[in-house]
Amino acid sequence: MPSLKDLKIRIESVKSTRKITSAMKMVAAAKLRRAQEAAEAARPYAERMEAVLANLARGAAGSETAPRLLKGTGRDDTHLLIVATAERGLCGGFNSSIVRLAKAHAARLVAEGKTVKILTVGRKGREQLRREWGRHLVHHVDLAGVRTVGYAHAADIAREVLARFDAGEFDVATLFFSEFRSVLSQIPQARQLIPASFDEAAGADAPNYEYEPDEEAILADLLPRSVATQIFRALLENAASEQGARMAAMDNATRNAGEMINKLTIQYNRSRQAAITKELIEIISGAEAL
Amino acid sequence: MAFRFELVSPERRLASREAEAVGIPGVEGDLTAMPAHAPFLTVLRPGLVTVTAGGDSTAYFVSGGFAEITPEAVTVLAEEAVERSEVTREMLDRLIAAAEKAADSAGEDTRIAAQQRLSDFRTLAAQLAG
Repeated sequence: MPSLKDLKIRIESVKSTRKITSAMKMVAAAKLRRAQEAAEAARPYAERMEAVLANLARGAAGSETAPRLLKGTGRDDTHLLIVATAERGLCGGFNSSIVRLAKAHAARLVAEGKTVKILTVGRKGREQLRREWGRHLVHHVDLAGVRTVGYAHAADIAREVLARFDAGEFDVATLFFSEFRSVLSQIPQARQLIPASFDEAAGADAPNYEYEPDEEAILADLLPRSVATQIFRALLENAASEQGARMAAMDNATRNAGEMINKLTIQYNRSRQAAITKELIEIISGAEAL
Repeated sequence: MAFRFELVSPERRLASREAEAVGIPGVEGDLTAMPAHAPFLTVLRPGLVTVTAGGDSTAYFVSGGFAEITPEAVTVLAEEAVERSEVTREMLDRLIAAAEKAADSAGEDTRIAAQQRLSDFRTLAAQLAG
């Protein structure tokens, strides 16, 4: 049985924990709104890019001279997994669910006899992958000091990926991130970046354009940009998902702390009353004995 | 007659309005798009996009990207774009430095394009400073 003083200390400590978690929840809510706005604002560019590229890619699909980013290297031996996670924890299962998807994917590729290389974005993903897949980690992008991800960050990552592709380090690149559906649901996704794959329906109703320079030159110019755009989108989705997951996790934590405080308070009151009753009995029985 | 003009960067939509004519720095030469232009897609070189509407014209600086022209609209997708009045010396210096680096490290097949891009930036910087 803990003493009254111990109980009081515990109640105070849980109360301050609750203060912190509820503050974190509110901060996450504010950041989530900003992250959602950023994701919203980035949509027009990504959509136009995708439509134009899908249209061009359809035309160039069968061509011998199509850019390598579109038709691939002709092999399927080495896979690069780009795993984008958060820099910070305390956001529920957000980081783990992305890593779990990536691990499953990597394990399947290895079982098929393929070579797997992993590029991590965000500290948490790297930490979780290091133990089992440490040998496969080829590069890490640190976004620790970054408050809001900008296109420039995505462009840097894309440059790194493309340089490795040009150097023949891998054949297929897949990007792992978490798609933001709502505060309660963030769904980990895998998207193939290289060779580029497009939604069949996208850009199907586009008019017959004239191109300057010719279609393949445009395609060669746009495909690297599209890699950057897709990474940028993934980073934005991740940012929104992270804040959403953190908000839900902190909401839970705040509620749990509240429950715990109630339970401890009841226990505290009971012990206090028990102590009073005991003292009274002692006094009364003492008086009776006289 | 007017048609729609949109300027979008990866991070946000910078402009969306009616226009009568849009001057575009195409990679194979400048062009001006007017309503009912044939569908056309061009890559941009660093330069100024000029939008004319109701006698007024606004210029936007773009660092590259591409433009999609249809009879009803012009959509410029630029990696970096700001209004001309907001272009700063630091921004140009940064872009020129990046282009220089790209030109130095470019491989055999991309060197000409990278050097062209660098000289485009230099011409533009001189033009904007003057």
